[in-house]
Amino acid sequence: MLAAAASSTTATAFIEVGGVVLGLAVLGRLAGRFGITAIPLYLIAGLALGDGGFLKMNVSHDFIEVAAEIGVLLLLLALGLEYTGAELRHGLRTGAAMGAFDAVVNFVPGFGVGMLLGWDLPAAVLLGGVSWASSSGIIAKVLADLDRLGNRETPTILNLLVMEDLAMAVYLPVAAALVAGKALGTTAVTIAVALAAVAVIMGLALRFGDRLSAALHDSDDEPLLLAVFGLTLLVGGLAQRVEVSAAIGAFLVGLALSGPVQERAEALIGPLRDLFAAVFFVFFSFQIDVTKLVSVALPILGLTVVAFATKYLTGWIAAARAGIAKPGRHRAGATLTARGEFSIVVASLGASAVDGPQLGAVAAGFVLLTALVGPLAARFAGPPA
Amino acid sequence: MQEITETMLPGVGVRHEFTTSAGERLSLLTHRTGRRELAVYDRGDPDACRTVFHLSPGDVTILGDLLGVANVSETVHAVQQLEGVVIDWITVSPKSGFAGTSILDGQFRTTTGVSIVAVVHGGETIPAPDPTTRLDAGDTVVGVGTAEGLRNLRALLES
Repeated sequence: MLAAAASSTTATAFIEVGGVVLGLAVLGRLAGRFGITAIPLYLIAGLALGDGGFLKMNVSHDFIEVAAEIGVLLLLLALGLEYTGAELRHGLRTGAAMGAFDAVVNFVPGFGVGMLLGWDLPAAVLLGGVSWASSSGIIAKVLADLDRLGNRETPTILNLLVMEDLAMAVYLPVAAALVAGKALGTTAVTIAVALAAVAVIMGLALRFGDRLSAALHDSDDEPLLLAVFGLTLLVGGLAQRVEVSAAIGAFLVGLALSGPVQERAEALIGPLRDLFAAVFFVFFSFQIDVTKLVSVALPILGLTVVAFATKYLTGWIAAARAGIAKPGRHRAGATLTARGEFSIVVASLGASAVDGPQLGAVAAGFVLLTALVGPLAARFAGPPA
Repeated sequence: MQEITETMLPGVGVRHEFTTSAGERLSLLTHRTGRRELAVYDRGDPDACRTVFHLSPGDVTILGDLLGVANVSETVHAVQQLEGVVIDWITVSPKSGFAGTSILDGQFRTTTGVSIVAVVHGGETIPAPDPTTRLDAGDTVVGVGTAEGLRNLRALLES
């Protein structure tokens, strides 16, 4: 009886999810052909499937939602895995000032647009985060595709990304606490607790990361994959319990792993991340009403223009400080303008907020535009290849 | 020795740069995965790479071997450029009366003036061999001397 009922819904779920994922595969190939990342195409796919779109899906929300949440955790885990402790410490030592400039100058446009639209403070703060964070995924791909990894402005770009990622460890818990939306005093306490928790976990991660890595080092690929995946969900869940946002827990797990285990975990988690992150992007824009997107077209355009300019300026100044000549400054500025996975992660935090739907629509439109324009700008900022 | 600059690329790997004697800026980017990129900087825009080679670990081995071999033959060439000094490789023929005798037995130094500086015996190289070292058919002898002396030695060992 139970089996029969389950099998019929399972069949529907398999057919629909399978169809969608196959569609994403086609989009991924298409993106590869044009030399862009698939994120904007995933977002468009989600829009097409969602409310007001032209296709309807009946799959249970819960199923997709959990998969999407896992996607966020794996995105952040991979981000934490990407940098070694030495690289983070080096970034902090040399890039803190530029990182702070980047944060302020690029937070303001999103925050300002949010306030102009008359949103609540939490939603405006989240949109600030959306406009702040560059996409390390898109930028890494652009640099590799354009053969610019060897360029002298590239370390400047990468160091800025490291700083942004580190800053997220502070920003995400604060934003999550604001969204939880309690009285001012309670919120302050929540933030303090969250930041203390992050500091403790980060300290533990940097202190005992070596031991954890050594303990995992002996395992074969399969137990290692399960251990890292399980640890990520566990720490993410615990972090969520104390209202620190699960994403940060996952990020810290990534930071804690070091040495050979870090590289193996990166290789093992990569395919999983690609799969679940794709579900996350689709699900994110799936929830957006296309008619709502049209109604906020003007704010999206305005934010895109301003945030493009502020990011360009950030890259320009950072490169100039590193002694890079003018062409290199243009390349650094243009390359950094792409926003992507991080902005969507930030926006998804506000899904439950009062202005959540509008925030989601603005963020989706903004990421769509910058993720498409950024790589093009980077290409044309350099001498023709 | 050229000054080599090392730069960390967070999340990517390490980059080494130096200027060649001809004034070209070269950079070698080593990815964490072991892939390498060898690049030449643009003269007009010193921050940008012009030509980039993408090298797999296999390619790196080949390139390393080629550069290594070039190094060895350059050294040999340098020795040969010493006035009147010749270095040559001679394989001991089974027909030679000296196959199976020691270097001392052959009296090569006395008869040809050539010093035997190494013997290659079945893939193993014996540098600065003992006078009692035995020469077998198929061994390769590395000798240093005059051109005429080496011709004479070749005649002794090959026939």
